[in-house]
Amino acid sequence: MAAHPGGLSGPAPAVVLDRLTRRFGTRTVLDGVDLRIPDGQFVALVGRSGSGKSTLLRAIAGIDHEVEGDGGILAPQRVSVVFQDSRLLPWRRVLDNVLLGLARRGPQRAAAEQRGRAALAEVGLAGREDAWPSELSGGEAQRAALARSLAREPELILADEPFGALDALTRIKMHTLLRELWHRHGPTVLLVTHDVDEAVLLADRALVLEEGRFCLDLPIDLPRPRSVKDPRFAEYRERLLAALGVREDEADAPDTPQTPDTPVEVESEAESQSEPETTAAAAQLAEVAA
Amino acid sequence: MADTLIRPLPAGSGPAAEAGSAQPAGAAPSARRRVRRLGPGRRIPFARALGPVLLIAAWSLASATGRLDPRILPAPWSVVNTGIQLWNSGTLGPDLAISLQRAGEGFAIGLVAGVALALVAGLSRIGAALIDGNVQINRALPILGMIPLFILWLGIGETFKITIIAMAVYIPIYINLSAALSAIDQRYVELAETLGLSRGEFLRHVVVPGALPGFFTGLRLGVTGSWLALVVVEEVNATSGLGYLMYQQATYGLIDSVVVGLAIYGIWGFASDLIVRLIERRVLSWRRTLAG
Ligand SMILES: Nc1ncnc2c1ncn2[C@@H]1O[C@H](COP(=O)(O)OP(=O)(O)OP(=O)(O)O)[C@@H](O)[C@H]1O
Ligand SMILES: [Mg+2]
Repeated sequence: MAAHPGGLSGPAPAVVLDRLTRRFGTRTVLDGVDLRIPDGQFVALVGRSGSGKSTLLRAIAGIDHEVEGDGGILAPQRVSVVFQDSRLLPWRRVLDNVLLGLARRGPQRAAAEQRGRAALAEVGLAGREDAWPSELSGGEAQRAALARSLAREPELILADEPFGALDALTRIKMHTLLRELWHRHGPTVLLVTHDVDEAVLLADRALVLEEGRFCLDLPIDLPRPRSVKDPRFAEYRERLLAALGVREDEADAPDTPQTPDTPVEVESEAESQSEPETTAAAAQLAEVAA
Repeated sequence: MADTLIRPLPAGSGPAAEAGSAQPAGAAPSARRRVRRLGPGRRIPFARALGPVLLIAAWSLASATGRLDPRILPAPWSVVNTGIQLWNSGTLGPDLAISLQRAGEGFAIGLVAGVALALVAGLSRIGAALIDGNVQINRALPILGMIPLFILWLGIGETFKITIIAMAVYIPIYINLSAALSAIDQRYVELAETLGLSRGEFLRHVVVPGALPGFFTGLRLGVTGSWLALVVVEEVNATSGLGYLMYQQATYGLIDSVVVGLAIYGIWGFASDLIVRLIERRVLSWRRTLAG
């Protein structure tokens, strides 16, 4: 902690990363990442495929034993991870999956079971406690996974594209659910997503990971509930897309002078957003300092 | 695209269109698309007994029509008669009992040894280093070839016979269980870590249940192995038991009695496999595989 000089008013940070580095062989995937997430903040992490989002999440979760790297990580005691697949154990019924690893004996057991049932009810799976995971639909399984993480009363939820495999309709429902749960329980959330709309809809702050660093740290200051129709929503959305798209452009520029394959759409968005684009770095600095 | 509405089907598409209510106009289906089912389909009741029953029926038919020479293979009913006679004369019962006992003891010892060795080898790197290579070597040695050595070490008493049977049982159980234990899905390991399971909880709730299907495969092979080893040790060196009985009767040219012995082996093997399957079905009820 000494490495982080004060200047942080308000709640203590839930997550602090200090020059975090992760390498696979000679490839540096995370290149000295610094991050502070205030307690209770909902952060979306976007970036293109292979940019290291999962690597970052796994580092914070502490499940990357085999990966080379250094840097400091400060995370709360109770962390839950929601994976892209629901990862329910097929040989345990739904409730037993939710209760996995919670107190198994004595009076605490009853309390844990109470919490498990309550969590299942919260995600709309009351009555399915005794079902086998293979009997659940994809969305139901993902909700059961969410219940499993809620039953642990986490201070930090790390979610790696938890809705990536779901259809659009189910995804919208899951967004509402996640927002409600976040509102009610107030955990810090770090949500990895490749869906920019999802990021703007849910998060207080969006981070764009690129080349091993955050190239954009964007506070999303929209009232909730948010609507895709809100013009300011589109503004945020376009800034994120620009951060993803324009970078891609630059990376290609040196050896491929021909027209970049970036969609024209994104380009025009970037143009119309030229002002926010230049202030993006300033916003990033401001947020890191704040 | 954005405003596809559910329209009534165009007139004249007829009753064949019963399935499609949300079809875009103009693409009315004329017939339901058939999907080839790749799973084996519904379970047939008593399916496992069906094959043997058909086999016996064919055998009976061949014998009854005189196509099957009784000197080659006696008719099923004469085999049954011989069996009853042997039983009534008091020869079959004691031999059967002693064979069952040998197979049971050998199987129990082999089961415990196979499971114990597989747990050590499958759950610890040191255990695997010490055990696995040796079992693989043991597996490559033919049991028949080891019999003289074991007789030298253990004499020709019951200890020797039970040891041979236990060896035939522990190997398939070890191979399958240790493979299943070490093939545990990395994703579940990650999950267990994020849920903060202790090592004991991890083994109990994740590794062992995940390895059970492999264990049952080994168990079924082990059960069969115990019968096979039984007949070998009893025919080679024994003064009692079913294998001995068969061998003795064969020297008198009593082919019916030999077939009785074989039939009993067959029935045992079939019945014990059935029992293991029933247990497996109960224990692994969470599985939805082709077996149903
Ligand atoms: N175990 C590994 N061994 C070698 N390289 C790896 C390993 N895991 C990840 N990588 C590499 O690290 C980079 C980042 O991977 P990561 O999974 O973090 O990407 P991601 O941003 O989550 O991508 P996606 O959106 O596709 O999930 C990728 O280039 C990947 O090939
Ligand atoms: Mg990923």
